Amino acid sequence: MKMNGARILLECLKLEGVDTVFGYPGGTVINLYDELFSFKEIRHILPRHEQAGVHAADGYARASGKVGVAIATSGPGATNTVTGIATAYMDSIPLVVITGQVPTALIGNDAFQEADIVGITRPCTKHSFLVKDVRDLATIVKKAFYIARSGRPGPVLIDFPKDVQIAATEFKYPDTVELRGYKPTLEGHARQIEKAVGMILAAKKPVIYVGGGAVLANASTELAELARNLNVPVTTTLMGLGSFPGDDPLALGMLGMHGSYYANMAVSHTDLLVAVGARFDDRVTGKIATFAPNAKIIHIDVDPTSIKKNVRVDLPIVGDVRGVLAKMLKVLEGQGDAIVGFRQAIAPWLLEIDAWKQKHPMTFKNSASVIKPQLVIQKLRELSDPDAIVATDVGQNQMWTAQFFTFTKPRTFLSSGGLGTMGYGLPAAMGAQAAFPGRQVIAVCGDGGFQMNMQEMASLVQNQLPVKICILNNNFLGMVRQWQELFFDKRYSQTCMDLPIDFIKLAEAFGAKGLQATKPNEVEAVIKKGFKTAGPVIMEFKVAREEKVLPMVPAGASLTEMVLAS
Amino acid sequence: MRHTITVLVENEFGVLSRVSGLFSGRGFNIDSLSVAPTNEDTISRMTIVTRGDEQILEQITKQLNKLIDVIKVIDFTDESAIEREMALIKVTAEEENRAEVLRIVDIFRAKIIDVTPRSYTIEATGAPPKIDAILELLRPLGLKELVRTGPAAIGRGAKGWKG
Repeated sequence: MKMNGARILLECLKLEGVDTVFGYPGGTVINLYDELFSFKEIRHILPRHEQAGVHAADGYARASGKVGVAIATSGPGATNTVTGIATAYMDSIPLVVITGQVPTALIGNDAFQEADIVGITRPCTKHSFLVKDVRDLATIVKKAFYIARSGRPGPVLIDFPKDVQIAATEFKYPDTVELRGYKPTLEGHARQIEKAVGMILAAKKPVIYVGGGAVLANASTELAELARNLNVPVTTTLMGLGSFPGDDPLALGMLGMHGSYYANMAVSHTDLLVAVGARFDDRVTGKIATFAPNAKIIHIDVDPTSIKKNVRVDLPIVGDVRGVLAKMLKVLEGQGDAIVGFRQAIAPWLLEIDAWKQKHPMTFKNSASVIKPQLVIQKLRELSDPDAIVATDVGQNQMWTAQFFTFTKPRTFLSSGGLGTMGYGLPAAMGAQAAFPGRQVIAVCGDGGFQMNMQEMASLVQNQLPVKICILNNNFLGMVRQWQELFFDKRYSQTCMDLPIDFIKLAEAFGAKGLQATKPNEVEAVIKKGFKTAGPVIMEFKVAREEKVLPMVPAGASLTEMVLAS
Repeated sequence: MRHTITVLVENEFGVLSRVSGLFSGRGFNIDSLSVAPTNEDTISRMTIVTRGDEQILEQITKQLNKLIDVIKVIDFTDESAIEREMALIKVTAEEENRAEVLRIVDIFRAKIIDVTPRSYTIEATGAPPKIDAILELLRPLGLKELVRTGPAAIGRGAKGWKG
């Protein structure tokens, strides 16, 4: 059947299982939007800034595991997506971003609202396509989705000129696509896997270190079975939170710059580090020369470039993390006796870790007169649904959530880890709510990050997305202020934002509800009321102004050189 | 250490940009780069000379392989390969030096491709060390302009890059 390019794109999206897109119209996508007007099988959510649209598609993808889709017009619409795309790229989130483009004859002519978005996003996309001929469109879309979701996932850009949207051709969706330059290794090498199991069973002080890759691979079941089978403690990165239940006795919580004392000590004293879907980022390792000095390292990852990039690895296994863990479990099936012996051998190690947990648990100095942000996070966990989804912004609010909100399920913690994009929290929560209209979705933000995308309050109300927004308001750019306190003698250069904003009036200006707590004994009541209120709600908590995120490993120091809370 | 890497890529627009962007984005240096289509017109071949230690080379190779448009990466540093490069060299040659230039051109089996009363333009082909050597000798005589193509490399033996 003959169709125009705009319609073909929508039909392709439908065949890829897309039922929700986040987009903002404009001149070079007006044809696409005209087709969308009568395309009932796709729900379109309008943000109020293209950046938020991409963050929303990102939050949607992280929460659901599906490929997120965003649409923007050419020129400024496209350039507004760059931060969102870079955010997704750094955290390996599967997105397809479609940008309109000026007609092919005008490309390179400095036309109105023209931008070389393919050129601009080349370093921060997994791949990109410029559709020059409508007959290539269907294949390009299929390739884009395949690339976005396979191997190490990532954002893919499709630049879609206006004349190609108008041109018509026979629509046929290909059954398969062949990319001779892209054949990710998914099967882990059997010999390496056997060796890995052998190395684990020979260890006396093992630790499993889990990153975002385990969440992306949906490997939580296999991970839990492996850890519990062998009784090996598990630490997760920021991106890995929720991949292993945070309330499990084997859980060490987050490691790294703001990780727990006991996680950092365990990793610094381990003799075998099993890295699962993690990339040894600088926030995790601290000074590389002194990272896990006594450990042999097994590194399981689907992306070979992550292996041996920062840290020498004794046993690399390239493959889909879930598949590799499943194979390891199979290898362990016949080794009952060895496992019994192993569990006995590591018992003293577990006691050593317990002693560290007792010595310096994750803690904060509570107060009766001023609201401590950590208290708010704890109360949120206590009073929220067990399967609530939490999206955070970036900075102190993000770190306190990671430290004090115990995540037990994967895909319930959405946070910009790699790029650390302020303004991510609110739109990401919007995307997650669109993916799961029936679940409780909470956005935790600082006052700084909230203001970066607060226009999205309009989108929440218009689309009836009842996100519960929690603003930890200290009237500061908190994390930068902390660094200025610790390393720059409290010279708070441009981090003080003490303009008093009436967040309740702000919420009501958009047609939402606003609540405020100014004293510790008001926190619980505000949270309960906020959760019970229908529709999007802003809950503002006026928190202690100069609270620090601790523990902290100063930049360049080794993991054992933590500045502690007590 | 100097490495010569051959990269076989899809002959699509933007691929060269992606590869060079990869190098610059990650701080890998490019000493020289040449690219042209192969006998299959959907595949182009790039030859890149870079410098770095073992770890850097491993990262470069892996990052190149990760690119969707890269079909194959061959590191010719280990394999036995033949490298050839061409140079166009403009030498000022006044009275006293003219004979010497001709002698050097003859020794290196190079060619004179342009002549004026005050200059010669030379075309020289060979392995990169041979090009370096002829330049060493011509430099004291007065090198006016130099254009090098960067090496092209091909493996020895009967097998092609596909096997």
